[in-house]
Amino acid sequence: MKFKNLWIHIILITISLLSIFPFIWLISTSLKGNAENIFAYPPQIIPTDFTWSNYTGVWNKVNFIGYFINSMIVAGVTVILNLILSAMAGYPLARMEFKGKKITFFAILATIMIPFQAIMLPVYLITLKLHLTDNINNFAGFMGLILPFAVNAFGIFLMRQAFLGIPKEMEEAAIVDGCNVFQIFWKVLLPMVKPSLAVLAIFTFIGSWGEFLWPSIVLTKEAMYTLPVGVNNLQGMFSSNWRFIAAGSILSTIPILIFFLAMQKYFISGENDGAVKG
Amino acid sequence: MFKFHSKYAPYLFLLPAVILLVVFFFIPFFQTFGLSFLDYSSNIYKPEFIGLKNYLNMFHNPIFYKVLWNTFLYLIGAVPILVIFPLFLAILINQKLRGVTLYKILIYLPVIVSIVVAAIAFKWLYAEQGILNYFVNLCGFESIGWLTDPKYSIWSVIIVTIWKGIGYYMIIYLAALMSVPQELYEACDIDGANFITKHLTVTIPHIMPTIALVSTISAISAMKVFAEIYVMTKGGPLNSSKTIVYYIYERAFENLDLGFASAMAVVLLIIVMIFSLINIFCFERKKYEI
Repeated sequence: MKFKNLWIHIILITISLLSIFPFIWLISTSLKGNAENIFAYPPQIIPTDFTWSNYTGVWNKVNFIGYFINSMIVAGVTVILNLILSAMAGYPLARMEFKGKKITFFAILATIMIPFQAIMLPVYLITLKLHLTDNINNFAGFMGLILPFAVNAFGIFLMRQAFLGIPKEMEEAAIVDGCNVFQIFWKVLLPMVKPSLAVLAIFTFIGSWGEFLWPSIVLTKEAMYTLPVGVNNLQGMFSSNWRFIAAGSILSTIPILIFFLAMQKYFISGENDGAVKG
Repeated sequence: MFKFHSKYAPYLFLLPAVILLVVFFFIPFFQTFGLSFLDYSSNIYKPEFIGLKNYLNMFHNPIFYKVLWNTFLYLIGAVPILVIFPLFLAILINQKLRGVTLYKILIYLPVIVSIVVAAIAFKWLYAEQGILNYFVNLCGFESIGWLTDPKYSIWSVIIVTIWKGIGYYMIIYLAALMSVPQELYEACDIDGANFITKHLTVTIPHIMPTIALVSTISAISAMKVFAEIYVMTKGGPLNSSKTIVYYIYERAFENLDLGFASAMAVVLLIIVMIFSLINIFCFERKKYEI
């Protein structure tokens, strides 16, 4: 039995190392000074000419704080809108009877099948038509980044599932107490679906934070860049200066790494089944 | 506080979400078909109606077949590994060992890191005189042009997608493993079944729905790949790593050939919708029941 466990540990340690090795090698490169050949054979994991100067160098040339703030605004507002709109739409679909319920339900379900990548061109044309681009002003630019992702069927169905799980007696008691539907929704039901809201918030945040395709289509001004777009841009700025590119990539990863470690139980506990996205 | 008649309440609750879904999903969906009948290549401001000509051009374009083939390679390269390997890892992690949380965190890490950073990290590993070629040389082979040789480029990109997805599917499997009744394993132990037969006869039949789910969602996400290709190869060399989404992007936003790009988008829509329908009707039916 003990022998078997040893083998499992060996396999898992190997896989864990392979998972993080690309980052380790990037960190190693980012800490090597100009006196050290980053293409040396055999490769050196521990820098011999250790330096922080690549970090200070790239920090001085690239507006990381700006990219970070832009990413925070985009991800933050996207999360808030998704929570509010998904909960609002999920509630009547779970709890109310009304004319047109079936068709609304299936229409929303149908959007699950539409991949953004297939409709991005008309979405872009619509965004232009609504003047939601950064050459109008920054606010319009942010709205253009956020609104196409402000709500989606996954979130709505996640919240609908959560509302379905609440016993009907809760609402009936509130009605007896004289609450209207909006008070029931806001004061009684929303607090009860907090776990689902948390799951939705966290996965929406990660998705929005890492989004690359859409911002690289709509953004025209460097001042509006989000972190992924800014990091991709490092390649053009520092062409073959891999020390700087590595340092910039690592710097840009620190915020999401902190977020992940703080929230890790939501990601790895395996209790977020509802958040599985296709 | 003002009081709405509760007859209107459901519509008011649904309205904001429905407006956004109409503007950013339904209208673009139908517009994609509409655009695919137009020709923008002669004058971007004055498109001409050309019927099915974009589709005809597409079917006569060798790049179209190359791109479809590459997307197919992506499916057969990434999906089987993403279905089997994370399951294997989940079973190992589920053995209630010490240090399991640390393993989970490390294996999940690639999932949360931005795909752009991941692609840059791999581009560095794949460099001409990079660390991977060092090991290739060490084994006595010539250096490989991971991203510069048309023979290998698509596989090098697929590796990144696989590496970034393993942790995600592993966690989905772990959740499914929790639902397998422990008595079944105990029965196996009494019968003296070994580790492998135990999982082949108990675990796999029990979590078949999850295996099917992972197959379809990993297939759908393999068809939507973009950032890896954009950051590492731009679809090159010689279109060898170009997939459908990258080709749509290129035709639409670089060549401004909106009609042709939309015809390609219709192809992508149809393929993804088939997989999604399988997914919704076969594996996630319960979640979407009215």
